[in-house]
Amino acid sequence: MTGAALRAFVTIAIALAAGVLWWVFSLALLEGPGERLAPLAAEALPRSGVGNPVTAVLLNFRAYDTLLELAVLLAAVLGIWASGPPDRGFAPAEIVLAGLVDWLVPLLILAAGYLLWVGGQAPGGAFQAGAMLAAAGVVLRLAGTPRAGLPRGDWQRVLVVAGVAAFLAVGLALMAIGHGFLTYPPGHAKWLILTIETAATLAIGATLAAAYVGGSPPDGPPGEDRA
Amino acid sequence: MITALLYTAAGLLLFCLGLWSFLMHRPLLRKLIALNVMGSGVFLVFVALAYRGPEGAPDPVPHALVLTGIVVAVSATALALALGRRLEEAERD
Amino acid sequence: MIDTLALAITLPLLGALAAVARPRAARAIGLITALVTTAGVAALVIEVAQFGLRRTDLGGWGAPLGIALQADGLAAALLAMTNLVALAVSLYASDYFGDGPIRRHFWPLWLLLWAALNGLFLAADLFNIYVALELVGLAAVALAALTGTREALTASLRYLLASLLGAITYLLGVALLYAAHGTLDLGQLANAIAEGPVAWTALVLMTGGLSIKAALWPMHFWLPPAHGNAPAPVSAALSALVVKAAFYLVLRLWFGLYDTAATLAAAHFLGFLGAGAVLWGSWQALRAERLKRMAAYSTVAQMGYLFLFFPLLAAAEPGAAREDLLAALVLFALSHGFAKAALFLAAGHIQQCAGHDRIAELSGTAQRLPATTFVIALASVTLIGLPPSGAFTAKWLLLSGAIAAGQWWGVLVVLAGTLLAAAYSFRLLGRAFGFEPTPYRCITAVHTEVPALALALTATLGLGLAGDALWTLLQVGGPR
Repeated sequence: MTGAALRAFVTIAIALAAGVLWWVFSLALLEGPGERLAPLAAEALPRSGVGNPVTAVLLNFRAYDTLLELAVLLAAVLGIWASGPPDRGFAPAEIVLAGLVDWLVPLLILAAGYLLWVGGQAPGGAFQAGAMLAAAGVVLRLAGTPRAGLPRGDWQRVLVVAGVAAFLAVGLALMAIGHGFLTYPPGHAKWLILTIETAATLAIGATLAAAYVGGSPPDGPPGEDRA
Repeated sequence: MITALLYTAAGLLLFCLGLWSFLMHRPLLRKLIALNVMGSGVFLVFVALAYRGPEGAPDPVPHALVLTGIVVAVSATALALALGRRLEEAERD
Repeated sequence: MIDTLALAITLPLLGALAAVARPRAARAIGLITALVTTAGVAALVIEVAQFGLRRTDLGGWGAPLGIALQADGLAAALLAMTNLVALAVSLYASDYFGDGPIRRHFWPLWLLLWAALNGLFLAADLFNIYVALELVGLAAVALAALTGTREALTASLRYLLASLLGAITYLLGVALLYAAHGTLDLGQLANAIAEGPVAWTALVLMTGGLSIKAALWPMHFWLPPAHGNAPAPVSAALSALVVKAAFYLVLRLWFGLYDTAATLAAAHFLGFLGAGAVLWGSWQALRAERLKRMAAYSTVAQMGYLFLFFPLLAAAEPGAAREDLLAALVLFALSHGFAKAALFLAAGHIQQCAGHDRIAELSGTAQRLPATTFVIALASVTLIGLPPSGAFTAKWLLLSGAIAAGQWWGVLVVLAGTLLAAAYSFRLLGRAFGFEPTPYRCITAVHTEVPALALALTATLGLGLAGDALWTLLQVGGPR
């Protein structure tokens, strides 16, 4: 088959697949259960410890998914660290940009804190807050801070594992006292979730910023943490 | 229901466009963007599934799945870009 | 209350975190974690064998709102193999990487991969499988790229792109099933799914995505370079475990989730692809110039055998004959896991000592590295399918099943694949026993040979003799 014929074949096949997919999804939507899990989630929400149903799913009903997802983020940044040292970064900012950054970064951090807190009741939460923190890191690096505001080696390593670590600490502690892995006791769910979310926010922010820096972190104090 | 069907159709269209682009283009960056377009299509389908009319509160489960999916997609894209940059350096040497 | 299901995932995760935080101690942390994890999983497997199906509702919500972990006989069997192989790979890796610079990157990623594999085998939720698959994929790609050479980076990127395409296609199938049935739990979906275009399309999407990750021919293109260019312990884990996990999910979908809806025509199609894999993979393995390439193409072929079982399983009536076929399939997968890991570890040893793995220049290996050569010979017994290996029993049952079902093409493919496997194995062994002296520049420490030897012995002798135990274990709530 020539290249042009192959392209035409692929194009036609994908167009047909698109038609079939739409037909099948329409069938599923029209004949399927209109409700799905929404009523169940709404019914369980008062016992979840948070008011925002999406946060309830992420941090309580399906918290295990979120734990693995933080591990995915960790795997990505470990892969990036393994690929070698980072670029040098950008030239230090001129006075106007530097002034803007001085304003912007604290505001971003403040916004991150707000998003984290409000996530319990309204749209927001660890991911949005973590993304804000990471944005602060990106702004710092663009303005000439090579490490994007991240701490040196050792502490940076602690930060990127903080999310998974908090999840595991809470989950295993609950298992040890007889509740089952990640089964929050009634009445304590809110604070346990907030603890995990706070650690997750720091971890997500640090991990995304480290991924943006794009190379292994510099070593810690002399004698520590040398390859 | 019409709204959900329309958004599902848009999501499926994005998925198929992304797939076409993934198969047709060679450069890494194109393929990565294509994969992200495919991912956005699937996420849009999930969001459409969550829709329960103008009055009903949306189903929170697909919303949460999409949030999880986005973080996974970001992680994969970041790793791919880092490997791609490393490869470019290795080829330059 | 100790929940061994959760421990199987959290123990290696904890080790990974510790290894990230204390890179200087990564090797010690890795070894301790490997031992503890294997012990934990051994406890879980024993529980399954003694008390039957184990299930735990994480968060206490229960399906469909929450996520469950579940271990039946099939999961337990694959967990046992995975964790034994992973333990051997860890012991080998602690010598292979030593105190070199790669070790601080290897250990955290390797423990993350281990946790994700255990998570996949225990998963009982379609979306959770997606997240675990991505964790397996990203950790595996990062490990495959560790050497940082141009070849390894190119291969890893190709692997990553293929893996992401597979995952996103799988996820679209999950969306379709959620739209139709409003649940993601495997058990509830198994009861809800009825034959029809919706169920079919979802199965095609999910199987399509997973078979890219399982390297089913002709979607195997990413495997040989990725497995051939990774560091030896990583190649062993990728070839023995990672592709096996994707295959395990296909098996779960076809004969757990879709039991009633899987029809013969589609199973035949997968069987034909498997036949293509056996012939093409074996032929390429025979032509390969490098040992690790040969082993990687052999993986493509061996994955093909697993798919050859599909038309037979779909055609068989529920009952003893079908259970035998399923057990043979699992036995084949386990044997290959042990044998291929052993082969890659031996290949790593040769590469370290000879400085290369070009088959044509490996003459004299038998004199210089007798234990390693012995490992290769033992692994070859399993890869060819000679008695007393478990692969022999499995192939025998596959052949008799194919004859009973009148699938003569299947018989021919198995015979041709076996002959080709014998050819590529003897080509390698013939070289290794050659007398032309080849410069080898290392003295082998005995203990470094132990992990590969243990794996090869398990594949060839252990599984051949432990067949009965496996048959009993698989009776525990497996896919019917």
